[in-house]
Amino acid sequence: MRTRLPPFESVLEDTRGTVYRYLVAAVGREHADDVFQETYLAALRAYPRCTEAARLDRWVLRIASRKAIDHHRRTARAPIPVADPPEPAAVTVEDAGEAVAAVAELPQRQRDAVTYRHVLGLSVAETAELMECSPETVRANAYQGLKSLKGKIA
Amino acid sequence: MSGTPKISKAEADAASRVAADRFRLAADEDGLVDVAIATMPSPVGELLVAVTRRGLAAIAFDDDSRDELVERLADELSPRVVEAARPTDETRRELEEYFAGSRERFELRLDRRLMHPFAKQVLAATARVPFGEVTTYGTIATRIGHPSAARAVGAALGSNPIPIVVPCHRVIGAGGKLTGYAGGLHRKEYLLELEGAMAPRLGTEPWTSTS
Repeated sequence: MRTRLPPFESVLEDTRGTVYRYLVAAVGREHADDVFQETYLAALRAYPRCTEAARLDRWVLRIASRKAIDHHRRTARAPIPVADPPEPAAVTVEDAGEAVAAVAELPQRQRDAVTYRHVLGLSVAETAELMECSPETVRANAYQGLKSLKGKIA
Repeated sequence: MSGTPKISKAEADAASRVAADRFRLAADEDGLVDVAIATMPSPVGELLVAVTRRGLAAIAFDDDSRDELVERLADELSPRVVEAARPTDETRRELEEYFAGSRERFELRLDRRLMHPFAKQVLAATARVPFGEVTTYGTIATRIGHPSAARAVGAALGSNPIPIVVPCHRVIGAGGKLTGYAGGLHRKEYLLELEGAMAPRLGTEPWTSTS
């Protein structure tokens, strides 16, 4: 039986806020808009073949996380526009908390675990589903991620 | 707050609203929109129009269940339904001209996939009733070769996915009564008056409230 997919317009409206928040955490505010475009264009392209009608928010977030990784690969190859290259940009954190750069520099699974759990406020179970791993792995990655963030910030 | 990884839900909502509009334009430019939807003001209330590459597929009045229509578009045509104005330009222009009194015939290509086979027959016969004229359910039934099917004709007209452009409002009861209209009798009356098929009644105004 064919999966019944809702109109893409309602997927966009239902998910755009969460995806945007995720992207601000994953790639920073100045790149969030561009990666948002890439995310939804890829989602719309793939949408008719999507088999996850019941969990479309997770489906779009997974695409966003892949696009965020692509973004980091691109920018990693390009020279990083910071004043003092040897010093990680993350060290120049404001008192407000973790800097975008600090989160962005975490290994991918730690970054996802921290972003889903502590930025988007998803549960361990939801994060595990999204990352396609066990709850223990989520906890471990979120813990490691937060620990190295604190290390960088302190 | 710029420079921190968190933004509030309200900020994300505002920023993503702008980003979503930019995305809709890009999606249309990239040819990824299978069903473009847009709204437009009209004397019979805001209209929602849905256009595919084949042509105009649906028009809905503002008190119709739009969510239901949009879900039907996704189900029966393509789930790639996105708000996009450009593909609906031609439709909106012709409708504006019609309401301004400067257009009697629509030249739009139609996508008839939302019409069931019997309705397709009925609506094809209905499309031949000219501007400013009316006909009866019985006449349409006879014209499609089912003279006793006036009631079924009525039901088929009621299911017309493209009102106004496919002029089901021009079909009335044998006694001259307007009988029924999926968009409400007040709209049928307005359209027939606009076309000069019905003497205007004193005090009849384009409405803003429901019937």
